[in-house]
Amino acid sequence: MPTVIVDGREIEIGADERLNCIEAARRAGTEIPHYCWHPGLSVVASCRMCLIEVGSRDAETGKISMVPKLVPGCQTPAKDGTVIVTQSSTVIESRARVEEALLIDHPIDCPICDKAGECLLQDYHFEHGKAERRADILPFTSKKRDVGPTVTLFADRCIMCTRCVRFTREVSGTGELMVNSRGSKEEIDIFPGYPLDNKLSGNVVDLCPVGALGDKDFLYQQRVWFLKRDEGVCGGCSAGCSIHVEHNQDTVYRLKPRENQHVNKWWICDEGRYGWHHLHDPQRLVEPTHRQSGQSLPTEWSHVVSELRANLNAAVSTGGRLGVAVSPMLTVEEAWMLCTLAREIDPQALLAVGHVPSRGEDESFPGGFTIRGEKCPNRVGVEHVIAAFDPTVPKWESLLESVEAGRCSAVWITAAYPPAGSRPAAESEPWIDEATAARVARLCEQTGTCLVVQDLFESPLSAHATWLLPAAGFAERSGTWVNHAQWAQHFERAIRPPSGVWPEGRLFWNMLGRRGLYDPAAIRREAAAASTALAALAEDLPSVGLDLRLQQLATT
Amino acid sequence: MPPFEPVLLEAIGTPESHTIASYRARGGYAPFEKLLAEKQPVDVIELVKSAGLRGRGGAGFPTGLKWSFLPKDHPGPVYLCVNADESEPGTFNNRILMEDDPHQVIEGTMISSYATRATTAYIYLRYEYPHAWDRLQAAIDEAYAAGLLGKNIKGSNFSLDIYLHRGAAAYICGEETGLIESIEGKRAWPRIKPPFPAIEGVFRKPTVVNNIETMACVAQIARRGVDWFRSIGVPADPANPRDPGSYGPKLYCLSGHVEKPGCYEAPLGITLRELINEYGGGVWKGRKAKAAIPGGISMGLMTEAEFDTPLDFKGPGTVGCMGLGTAAVVVIDETVSIVDFLHNSCRFFAHESCGQCTPCREGTNWNLRILERIRAGKGRLKDLEILLENGTTMGMMPGSTICGLADGAAWPIKNVIHKFRDEFEDYIKRTNPEGWMVTDPVPALQIVGAH
Repeated sequence: MPTVIVDGREIEIGADERLNCIEAARRAGTEIPHYCWHPGLSVVASCRMCLIEVGSRDAETGKISMVPKLVPGCQTPAKDGTVIVTQSSTVIESRARVEEALLIDHPIDCPICDKAGECLLQDYHFEHGKAERRADILPFTSKKRDVGPTVTLFADRCIMCTRCVRFTREVSGTGELMVNSRGSKEEIDIFPGYPLDNKLSGNVVDLCPVGALGDKDFLYQQRVWFLKRDEGVCGGCSAGCSIHVEHNQDTVYRLKPRENQHVNKWWICDEGRYGWHHLHDPQRLVEPTHRQSGQSLPTEWSHVVSELRANLNAAVSTGGRLGVAVSPMLTVEEAWMLCTLAREIDPQALLAVGHVPSRGEDESFPGGFTIRGEKCPNRVGVEHVIAAFDPTVPKWESLLESVEAGRCSAVWITAAYPPAGSRPAAESEPWIDEATAARVARLCEQTGTCLVVQDLFESPLSAHATWLLPAAGFAERSGTWVNHAQWAQHFERAIRPPSGVWPEGRLFWNMLGRRGLYDPAAIRREAAAASTALAALAEDLPSVGLDLRLQQLATT
Repeated sequence: MPPFEPVLLEAIGTPESHTIASYRARGGYAPFEKLLAEKQPVDVIELVKSAGLRGRGGAGFPTGLKWSFLPKDHPGPVYLCVNADESEPGTFNNRILMEDDPHQVIEGTMISSYATRATTAYIYLRYEYPHAWDRLQAAIDEAYAAGLLGKNIKGSNFSLDIYLHRGAAAYICGEETGLIESIEGKRAWPRIKPPFPAIEGVFRKPTVVNNIETMACVAQIARRGVDWFRSIGVPADPANPRDPGSYGPKLYCLSGHVEKPGCYEAPLGITLRELINEYGGGVWKGRKAKAAIPGGISMGLMTEAEFDTPLDFKGPGTVGCMGLGTAAVVVIDETVSIVDFLHNSCRFFAHESCGQCTPCREGTNWNLRILERIRAGKGRLKDLEILLENGTTMGMMPGSTICGLADGAAWPIKNVIHKFRDEFEDYIKRTNPEGWMVTDPVPALQIVGAH
């Protein structure tokens, strides 16, 4: 195994790993400060913050010879015998000098800068900079301006790391951003008439190490030190990108990509990034209602738990089936409980995959990122769950046909679909159109079939529901989603749902008569024991998730 | 000293010197045709190697050695870039060659392309040379018409196309990897090395970048032979095996405070004093020289006492200059303030820093602002320390930048402050009698437009 020596500590790296000195040092627990280098972008070695001393140790004699000058850690490969020195006085002075140089032109307007608190320039200056300012230069001035629908540029704060420029050239492939002018007067800009308008544009804000690029959606909304950060998974499409949900007092303020090399690398798309506003939409359903004698009245959840089950039992005792649409927005655990519950009520209940929303084709970008056309996170997981109860895995359409054929005396439709795009619900098309809703509702109304609808917003279907139950948003649930490529990721809820809303898991848990609080891990273990496809979920999942197929291969 | 018979400049001043007929009459293109018919490319590399030709662009790297760094048996294409982005202040010898004897340059380019197996050569011309553009393009057209360029030249297997490429007037385009980026149509930000251009250059293919004057020297070596070339200049020091010597004629650009400024051809190793007195007619108006730049502003200054230093690749380095550079000699007389000189130098580099590396981008600007403040009568002795610190920490040599522009910006600062510290201190104390000793940070001056 190749050995790298970091500040005197020997670290073994993989024989075929291509690491630079920053990555190798990180393995040894040493952080080499850097601005321009990003593992997902090309190396330019221009910020010079990662300057270190390197040398090589002769394999035979053990003699160490050092390179007689500083080298950038990002550009220097770590090989067998590479000696990395990150704490020498030369390195420390060089870092202080780069920090000093970067602050010469910087406005130092931290009190009004949104980046304050998570700014690398602040952090590195605190750690590596000097207290005294020697330069007597007025800061660079340049007007703040919009560079596109999502991003505002504060060019005076920019340190010219060019990460954003490289992102638009290498990952999104759109190349809107460029460097204008030269020397200390240069700045990032767009070409006139070609704004930064692509489906990955928000990532440039994450890449910016300072406050030069501001996300209009987040700008001036919240100080970052008030934000709490939870690991989550984006529910916008079947890619299932790993995200951080950043929130305060049960309000989400922004979503950030979370590095996951198996799924989304370092990026998320704008639709996912801004796709949380529906959580706080005033139109959301926030209390359960029960229709009796043609009148919908609000009711209590405790009433729902006892009465709904009785209601369904009574309906199936007439000889019809219970038809259940298991929404691909539900987690594996919730789906498992719903199917179990349905089969307890009616051993021959029809379990179908709920409506699978889809818009357009998959869209791939040069950086290897793909936005999926299937706009739900867990179709695969729900199919695995249903397959454990019914190997034919009926689809949404077959449920509709059964209802139309009069085979169902009770229908339970879980939905919880967010509004399409990242628009407010009032301006968005509902997930189900009038015609489809009528196919279910007409018959239900004629025969008095019990129709249970669980959804985030009102829809053509909800008007006909016997039981209309509010559903939880993606950041309000806990459980596991399985993406299009069988990649399972677990997440815990980040915020509590609005007052009056029970997440589906809590309702199913209580209706199943289980004790205590809803425990997704217990359900997951039950599902893993009963289903080969889900066997991998028996253990706690790593934070990046795992591939369900590996376990399937192992058990078959 | 016997007057040197010019070779590279032999045709300058003769009528129609820029035409192919004139060049042919002087024996031009025959050496290329002979090499093409009789020698293999490796033999041509050997020829140039044994002549001891060192690159005339500034760094003085042995040309034949540079060619031999190209990967062997590369499937190609291999590119040759001829650097005519002559932007070092005080330098104008490439312009003379391109305007008045373009065929000499083109023959050198052909021979070099043959040696390096390049089938495409780019001549990267700076924007400010429209006349050179016209002359070179006309010469290239003449060469095509004469069957010297194009497919299967003179019935051989060798094909070559030469393209003129014009930059947009940036100093950084003269840096070889900046030039390569610019040819590719990108912003001329120098690349990180390795890989060096010989491995990955233009369009990620093996590339050689040579100077215009180097091309002219190659043409003359092919015509007059190795022995002629080695008979001129300063031989290698036998005691130092790493000294490649300084052979051949050199075009010195003499300007500044001399009676007869101009581009003069002299053997490498001529002393600065000889150059000024014998070619330049002495310092103008009978004044005394104060100092001179030996080879472009980035090389630093030689004081009058150091004027007997030979101007070969080694000489300027012995008196604290960076090197011979482009052999652009700018003489300043005793009336010039050294503060003004350094201010002008810093202004140039602050304007031309490409802005890629933090230390150069911010450092050159900081240096300029300090010099502006000193000239505004607000200087402090502490400023000299800051200038010196910037001067010693900026650049490729300490490792803080990607390319050598910062070294060139830093060298005059540390060189001038070392050599003329008394004058700086006098100036600061005289113009800022109240505050010259202050060491606290001072409030910023309103920025004065420098450009």
